[in-house]
Amino acid sequence: MDESITLHVDGRKRSLTVDTRTTLLDALRERLGVTAPKKGCDHGQCGSCTVLLDGRRATTCLTLAVAHDGAEVVTADGLAEGDSLHPVQRAFLDHDGLQCGYCTPGQVCSAVGMLAEAAAGWPSHVTRDGAGRVELTDEEIRERMSGNLCRCGAYPNIVAAIREVAR
Amino acid sequence: MTTELVTVDLLHFHAIGVPLERADGTIKVTGRAPYAFEHPVTEPVYLHPVQATVARGRVTGADTAAARALPGVIAVLTHENAPRMVSGDDPELWVLQSTEIAFRGQFVGAVLAETLEVARHAADLVRMEYENLPHDAELDPRRDDLYAPDVLNAGYPTDTAEGDVDAAPAAVTIDRTYRTPMEHNNPMEPHAVIALWAEPGELLLYDSSQGVHRVRGALATAFGLDPGRVRVVSPYVGGGFGSKGSAHAHHALAVLAAQAVPGRPVKFALTRQQMFSQVGYRTPTVQHVRLSATADGRLTAISHEVVEQTARLKEFAEQTAVCSRMMYTAPNRRTSHRLARLDVPVPAWMRAPGEAPGMFAAEVAMDELAVACGLDPIELRARNEPGTDPVTGRPWSGGRHLVECLREGARRFGWDPRDPTPGVRRDGEWLVGTGVAASTYPRHLLPGNRATVRYTPDGRYSVLIGAVDIGTGTWTTLAQIAADALEVPVGAVALEIGDSDLPQASVAGGSSGMSSWGSAVVAAARAFRARYGEGPPVGAEASAEAPAEPGGDFAADSFGAQFAEVRVNADTGEVRVPRMLGVFSAGKIINPRTARSQFIGGMIMGLSAALHEESVLDPRFGHVVNHDFADYHIAACADVVDIDAAWLEEVDPHANPMGSRGIGEIGIVGAPAAIANAVHHATGIRVRDLPITPDRLLTHGLL
Ligand code: FES
Ligand code: FES
Repeated sequence: MDESITLHVDGRKRSLTVDTRTTLLDALRERLGVTAPKKGCDHGQCGSCTVLLDGRRATTCLTLAVAHDGAEVVTADGLAEGDSLHPVQRAFLDHDGLQCGYCTPGQVCSAVGMLAEAAAGWPSHVTRDGAGRVELTDEEIRERMSGNLCRCGAYPNIVAAIREVAR
Repeated sequence: MTTELVTVDLLHFHAIGVPLERADGTIKVTGRAPYAFEHPVTEPVYLHPVQATVARGRVTGADTAAARALPGVIAVLTHENAPRMVSGDDPELWVLQSTEIAFRGQFVGAVLAETLEVARHAADLVRMEYENLPHDAELDPRRDDLYAPDVLNAGYPTDTAEGDVDAAPAAVTIDRTYRTPMEHNNPMEPHAVIALWAEPGELLLYDSSQGVHRVRGALATAFGLDPGRVRVVSPYVGGGFGSKGSAHAHHALAVLAAQAVPGRPVKFALTRQQMFSQVGYRTPTVQHVRLSATADGRLTAISHEVVEQTARLKEFAEQTAVCSRMMYTAPNRRTSHRLARLDVPVPAWMRAPGEAPGMFAAEVAMDELAVACGLDPIELRARNEPGTDPVTGRPWSGGRHLVECLREGARRFGWDPRDPTPGVRRDGEWLVGTGVAASTYPRHLLPGNRATVRYTPDGRYSVLIGAVDIGTGTWTTLAQIAADALEVPVGAVALEIGDSDLPQASVAGGSSGMSSWGSAVVAAARAFRARYGEGPPVGAEASAEAPAEPGGDFAADSFGAQFAEVRVNADTGEVRVPRMLGVFSAGKIINPRTARSQFIGGMIMGLSAALHEESVLDPRFGHVVNHDFADYHIAACADVVDIDAAWLEEVDPHANPMGSRGIGEIGIVGAPAAIANAVHHATGIRVRDLPITPDRLLTHGLL
């Protein structure tokens, strides 16, 4: 079964018809040619496909495109304006928070989403004091970024990059 | 035998040694770098495979009617209608050419469809019938059909023996069995390919590959094609760690499919689950290590005997015990490898094949010996330092700096003073300990590398070689080498890699890339300067091959020291690693920034192997049960706390013009042993089987 939907992707309005079984990730990658979000597992287990979906980080392999008619999607590509990088992206380069780069767009989107969550006072598993302001200690950053796997093992540099932006 | 060392004509280091930012950094943090599946193509066809549901047997029938009837399905391929291949020299690539099934999950069919969703749905509708034959998928070291392979991976001899291990004098003996599990490479980018076939015989592949020429050669042979008409393109590769070093069955299946729909690009990305049966894995090992020593810790005998598995379809013989041939001095020595040939997927390279599992057993055994002798483990290793390579009698290229690594690491880590008593440091519910292990990895130089330098109208130097960057930093570091070889700034170099239409290059494997490709780039740059001097005309071009081994007769190995602090939860058995440090001796470091990332990346993969990774193969069915990231846990951000790497400032004057030896693999070697040794120091429990999961501690007396 097909459905027509409209997505706003990195500031561009994109209308398309999708098989209702198509994930948001496949709609972006295979239908719209938006390949900044990566497919690492297709099961919500690795975080490579993370984008900002209506402002929040989301794994796009785990949701169907048809459920997001009208949604706003920001990918790592859209976080940068041309060659002018988002501060999180700049920090990833400064700290070499990547090797093969495959997990990286997802890490970057996840970090941007996570910083907003922390600023809004959302607690995490390691937050000692459940209410109020979250201090982004390294432990908090590691916990909040653990949905994004990196087989190259760039974690210490990713944490350093996020720490720099958070402070 | 000559032991003369020749000092090679080293580069003057200007760009080399500078911590340049990754050249491909911006396009990676923005997600703009195109990986294999992302190359824009028109009217793609999607492939979804059909996999065998028996571990051994024969296909007796294929009912594809329901699949073919589904709208959007273009074709269904099985052994009955697939195009014919020419060569089955590599049985792994001999796909849909016979009815034989050699392991569960083997490809027995493929659906080609207009969309991913339809292809996947249709693959489910294909009904295969099998004659099910009894299979054997259990590695048991007591089997009576173990065999000695002719030769091991990388060409090492299967067995060695010197002196008489059994008659060696021994005040202290360690005699233990260690086990390492099946592990899967799991690069973050699943193996993926886009294959385009044009009649009468031209093939284009966008591939996720560690070696474009290697894959081209394998497919040209298998399909009887002129290699000059096969092109493999891999500009960006999302990791590999060995699994993308060779052509695998999915390549062949994609080419068969492309031949079935000439002119249309076939897109095929393995799912994470499929990767557990299709693209290789680290073989499980059972390692019997025996160390004999004098009371003051001088080794009199080393024995390292390995049983591991291979596949009935194709042999892979991992060189697990070779590290024990050269690490320490001992007059009596014996190493051996025996294989069980099983009905399982084909094992292959995974980061530091041989050294990674072998040095786990060998370096835990050394720690056991240190405890038995009452010696500090660093001192024990220092006492057993060989002056020359025990295998060849030759000196080490660039020297052997293991003890310096150990001592420098001890200083930085704060090793001393250390109370060696196990199980006595407690911080609340946590038991705390520290451990050390040595690491080593050989310097490999692969033949068959050629590069071209061309002067372009914009006043830059194009440097062309079919190398690849799998996250190792090649885009950056090879340009640094080229810049110094041409004596120009890095910005004047325009590097082109990742395409088999570029000059021939060897695989990104065995930590050989920089040595092998870099040598070719330097040779081409020098040929260019020799012909054109400093003022070349536009279009000036020179090519050259990398010379064979330049530095004379030497042993070429890198060394390192790994330190770990662990905290073991006394109630749950959970192991945490708050701190790790590696100090390495690997010759000249081309780019300290990308090198540090590679070292710590290797160490983190070692931490992951130490604590998390195990592919559980159910021998009843022959498949890996935990075939995804939910059940095959790899270290996540929260598992990795304070990890750092350092190295000795050195130049290996015999290795190559860069003075480097390669760094991709040594970081993983020894890391699991350091953690296991720290766990012993923390708890008094000696875990000899990886991974060190809580159950192993709880059932060995933690509670
Ligand atoms: S691809 Fe979506 S979480 Fe892995
Ligand atoms: S950079 Fe390779 S997986 Fe993260």
